[in-house]
Amino acid sequence: MRKQSVILRTAAHVLLPLLLLFSAFLLLRGHNAPGGGFIAGLVASAALALYLFSLGIASARHALGVDPRRLIGAGLVIAIGSALPAAFFGDAFFTGRWLTLDWFPSGPLKLGTPLLFDLGVYLVVIGSVMTIVLTLAEAEERPDAPSNEGD
Amino acid sequence: MRPEIALPILIPLAAGALSLLAWRSHAAQRTLGLVGTGLLLAASLWLAASTWQDGILVMHMGGWPAPFGIVLVSDLLGAIMVVLAGITGFATAVYSLVAVGREHERFGYYPLLHLLLAGVNGAFLTGDVFNLYVWFEVMLVASFALLILGGERAQMEGAIKYVTLNLLSSALFLSAIGLLYGMAGTLNMADLAVRLAETGSNGLTTVIAVLFLVAFGIKAAAFPLFFWLPASYHTPLVAVSALFAGLLTKVGVYALFRFFTLIFTHDVAFTHEVLLWIAAATMLTGVLGAAAQFEFRRILSFHIVSQIGYMIMGLALYTPLAIVGGVFYIVHHIIVKANLFLISGVVYRLRGSYELARLGGLYRSSPGLALLFLIPALSLAGMPPLSGFFAKFILVRAGLEAGAYTVVGVALVVGLLTLYSMIKIWNEVFWKAMPENDGEPNDDVMNDDRPAQPAGGLALLYLPVIGLAALTLGIGLGAQPFLELAERAAAQLLDPTGYIHAVLGDAAGIRP
Repeated sequence: MRKQSVILRTAAHVLLPLLLLFSAFLLLRGHNAPGGGFIAGLVASAALALYLFSLGIASARHALGVDPRRLIGAGLVIAIGSALPAAFFGDAFFTGRWLTLDWFPSGPLKLGTPLLFDLGVYLVVIGSVMTIVLTLAEAEERPDAPSNEGD
Repeated sequence: MRPEIALPILIPLAAGALSLLAWRSHAAQRTLGLVGTGLLLAASLWLAASTWQDGILVMHMGGWPAPFGIVLVSDLLGAIMVVLAGITGFATAVYSLVAVGREHERFGYYPLLHLLLAGVNGAFLTGDVFNLYVWFEVMLVASFALLILGGERAQMEGAIKYVTLNLLSSALFLSAIGLLYGMAGTLNMADLAVRLAETGSNGLTTVIAVLFLVAFGIKAAAFPLFFWLPASYHTPLVAVSALFAGLLTKVGVYALFRFFTLIFTHDVAFTHEVLLWIAAATMLTGVLGAAAQFEFRRILSFHIVSQIGYMIMGLALYTPLAIVGGVFYIVHHIIVKANLFLISGVVYRLRGSYELARLGGLYRSSPGLALLFLIPALSLAGMPPLSGFFAKFILVRAGLEAGAYTVVGVALVVGLLTLYSMIKIWNEVFWKAMPENDGEPNDDVMNDDRPAQPAGGLALLYLPVIGLAALTLGIGLGAQPFLELAERAAAQLLDPTGYIHAVLGDAAGIRP
């Protein structure tokens, strides 16, 4: 991949944490307002893609930290896991369950299985988009190498 | 709450997710493949037993009552289909231990297998039209990836036809859903049945019904848009084509059964008459196509098409006996067809080719395999006392009772031609002497799925083949319980009030 401009590289360093924060905000906001796991995941993967285009594949993989395919797996496990708590209480799968924590002076904190599901979606979206983007970027990196489908 | 309703979807999803996490470990992926499909089979049997005992089971996902939330519904037809998916999935997983090499596992064979099974089961169990569309897409995505696994030229060629026509079908499906929602204001199947019965028959309903018919007809590989199937099913790994052959088109058939017994029964004289002609044309073109083929898996692929015709014939005649025949035919067909594809894989393993001209002499070298081939092959052709005989017998009798002599004639001729096709394979692959230059594996074969451990692996290939052949024999020799099952499933299909009441409860009565 070509060397990118200094401005882009510097901006990417600043933008990555900001965009990731914004995606976390969207994720948490999504329960009662526009937002949610899908859009937050897209924002996070856009941030990572920007990082990839400005700093190269290796640094993007490093910034991601894990194999994106694992993120898909982990996200799916979490999303399925969010369906189960209800089943233990004898309700239908995916029935919402909430845990209210009263430890904070600002008011009770309600944690629920929908948030867990959103978190799963979030990870699946990041994992899928990054798998696609990294595969495409790596295929571009070595144009003479035989292209492999499905990897 | 009855957890067994959702388990056939959740188990493969969870197994798929876990095998994604275990991406690098082949051992873990294989174990998950076996355990996941084994658990799925167990869960599906549990579901079938519950449905048999307690009638139609419903789960309102997330606790949202129908018709607002998404419901999972298990009536006997759905439960039977889920059991068949479990059987095929498990057989494929055992077979894959040997038949699928590491180079294919590396590209995600097992996660895709689980995803495909989740999609198939989701389609069988959902009680919501849009949800059905989603499961169809899950299935399509997984099947597309499985189809091109390995990335050979022939696979790409087949996959392009497969995907193009299936996308067309999805687009039609989606447009039909849009129109249906615009007209009825609901997509819950039970609710739709109530609403459409209230509004009565009009032209738009019939148009929408035909749109669904075309969309599902493409998925089921019915005449005239079936050619994506023989173009693609002979190209992927043999374990994949066995799974596809057993399950995928049958999801289309299942959807036809569901829609044209529950929702679109306003104009049976027209819609089911169309279905009847489609059935006859499908049977005939499929079997004639097979007669012109000389490649093991291509012959079998064309026979899938012709067999789909029989199932649709059962639905189209729309008498109690005919529906029984259709359901019985689906049960018989899935097991037999998956088995025949698995056997073609064993033959390939032994001889290195799918081309009939290059095969031969297997009766001499592996008589056991020859016998194992004869069971599903003769069953497919409808020889007594195998399962196919009863399936065809019921359909033909139902046809005669309904006075549909043309389609009965076609069905009988097609049965004869199927026998011809199976005997052709028998003669070429097993009976005739091995042609010269034997022993040399060909270079131009589609897939290079030679075993990692050639000697010990063969037993694992035979195991699912033997199991499925035993099932075929069992369904044939002990047909009575299976017949009762099909009868009760058909009775539920023909009297949708039970289904509607199970889903909507008392709300069905309150609605204006």
